Amino acid sequence: MSQQQISNASSRWQRIKQSDLFYYFSRDKVAIVSSVVFLILATLAILSPLIAPFDPYDLRQLDLMDSELPPVWIEDSDSRFLFGTDDQGRDLWSTILYGMRVSLLIGIFAVLFQGTIGITIGLVSGYMGGKVDSILMRIADVQLSFSTLMVAIIVLAIVKSAFDGETYSSWAMVILILVIGLSEWPQIARTVRSSVLAEKEKEYVDAAHVMGFGSVRIMFKHILPNCLSPIFVISTVQIANAIITEAALSFLGLGMPVTEPSLGSLISIGKEYLFSGSWWITLIPGLFLIVIVITINLMGDFLRDVYNPKLYKD
Amino acid sequence: MLQFLLKRLLQAMLVMSIISIACFAIQDSLGDPTRELAANSISSEERELLREELGLNDSTIIQFGRFIGRAVQGDLGNSYFFKEPAMTVILKKLPATLELSFAASILIIVISIPLGVFTAIRPRHWFSRLTMAISVIGISIPVFLTAIGLIFIFSVTLGWMPSFGRGETVEMWGYWNSNFFSGDGLLHIIMPAVALSSIMLPLFIRLVRAEMLEVLSTEYVKFARAKGLSSYKVYMKHALKNTMLPVITVGGVQIGIMVAYTILTESVFQWPGMGFMFLEAVNRSDIPLITAYIMFVGFLFVVVNTLVDLLYGVINPMVDLVGGNQ
Repeated sequence: MSQQQISNASSRWQRIKQSDLFYYFSRDKVAIVSSVVFLILATLAILSPLIAPFDPYDLRQLDLMDSELPPVWIEDSDSRFLFGTDDQGRDLWSTILYGMRVSLLIGIFAVLFQGTIGITIGLVSGYMGGKVDSILMRIADVQLSFSTLMVAIIVLAIVKSAFDGETYSSWAMVILILVIGLSEWPQIARTVRSSVLAEKEKEYVDAAHVMGFGSVRIMFKHILPNCLSPIFVISTVQIANAIITEAALSFLGLGMPVTEPSLGSLISIGKEYLFSGSWWITLIPGLFLIVIVITINLMGDFLRDVYNPKLYKD
Repeated sequence: MLQFLLKRLLQAMLVMSIISIACFAIQDSLGDPTRELAANSISSEERELLREELGLNDSTIIQFGRFIGRAVQGDLGNSYFFKEPAMTVILKKLPATLELSFAASILIIVISIPLGVFTAIRPRHWFSRLTMAISVIGISIPVFLTAIGLIFIFSVTLGWMPSFGRGETVEMWGYWNSNFFSGDGLLHIIMPAVALSSIMLPLFIRLVRAEMLEVLSTEYVKFARAKGLSSYKVYMKHALKNTMLPVITVGGVQIGIMVAYTILTESVFQWPGMGFMFLEAVNRSDIPLITAYIMFVGFLFVVVNTLVDLLYGVINPMVDLVGGNQ
């Protein structure tokens, strides 16, 4: 039994090693570097409660005497604080680690949520065709024409006016995931629909029809598995978009509260102190945000190149 | 053509009515006009009387009808904070936002077309590679970070540029305050416009490049080359013209989308436009102003998108206007 498992595991590893994806990956320096950087950052973020020298959510650890200390490579710094401290004396490195975790969590869950909506609507729209298709796609068009950021800003503004401050703060993460997911679904729905339209004409779908399978089964069990690669590509890019959107919303004060800051809210706190010379509160979290988004976008570019051999790089 | 026009108008009206239902629902459940008219000190009977007088106890349908009736005349309620009609407040802030978007659009057009054309013509040139690499990075930098970076470099460190506000403006036609006719105004608009255009530039460069590449591979361009025309003529006269069509239409929609990014840019530079006003309204829970902004921006989007669609239908004869049922 265990022998079998081991051989299964090794054969799976073999399969990965022999796949096209791995072949292209091993030859693409940009993809390797960006995924390594991303994995390091993601690991740091996931392990933040273990790694971070301080707990930024614990108000008792804060000391106002420590506020606005510069990073260690600048004079007048404190060796306890690698990247300095923010206005309340929070260790910036710990806060960035926790903030990255928040940003990544929101990004990934928002994409899972929009993926669920987008895949379902895209499948139904592409498979059913006709009136259903044209109505659903018009809705998607209209929503896209309004720009997802605008929709998210307006919905959050309303939600924020409807709740009192404390309730909003404690539910901020869930609200952000729902709002970003809801405002971005058309992107995925369109991608899924266009690949469903191509798959629908193939013989295996006819075969499934002849065997008497129901529409739902054909859509989700037969067509969907064949549309996965474009979904994979667009989801990667969408995670980057969701992280940027979350940062923008938090920056505007509509997202994560300052007591549990994401990277966006940290940048927004630090903006006030830019003129008094404390640039690190804004610029260091900003740098982390940019690096995360760039690495995800570069991985997305790589995946698109692999799955779309028609588009050559230059 | 007429059928297409009607279809588009119908869709625009449908979208507008959905937006107004949403706005009405928000105002109905969150905004209490008695709060605005009277202090907290009045008794509950007086408040009830006031409600009756204002028609707040009528059925929802009747109230909605009244809301629409007023909205069509441009009356979207009074702002709690400014004590003025919300529409007046918005119209006062509109020129600042429009000028910012205009300046950013000019930057986008002036920069993206030459770069896009060059990267398409000489894909292996080092400058093309550099442009494409920067555009990947550019698309990954959120607009508010670009803005903060600009402020840090040019205002805080070098002290060359003003970091907030519109500066000196010139009044025109007694209503419109413009940034474009004074040195100080121009200086103030540069950084916000650069920041705002930075988010769209990578997209436009890629778009121009992709369209240009496609046109360059067509038969008529090959024929023009075979005819012995100079490459300048082939690129500028034959290829570029056909590249512009999709760029204009996508561009129209994207410039509508820029409204969302003006909120971010205006908040960093404290630019006194509609976006900054909207954020302040959210922080003050100024419900009438929030709904008025949503209605106004929604209207703007619908008008721009409908116009772009119509324009596309008119200039591109290949578009099937009514949609496959002919």
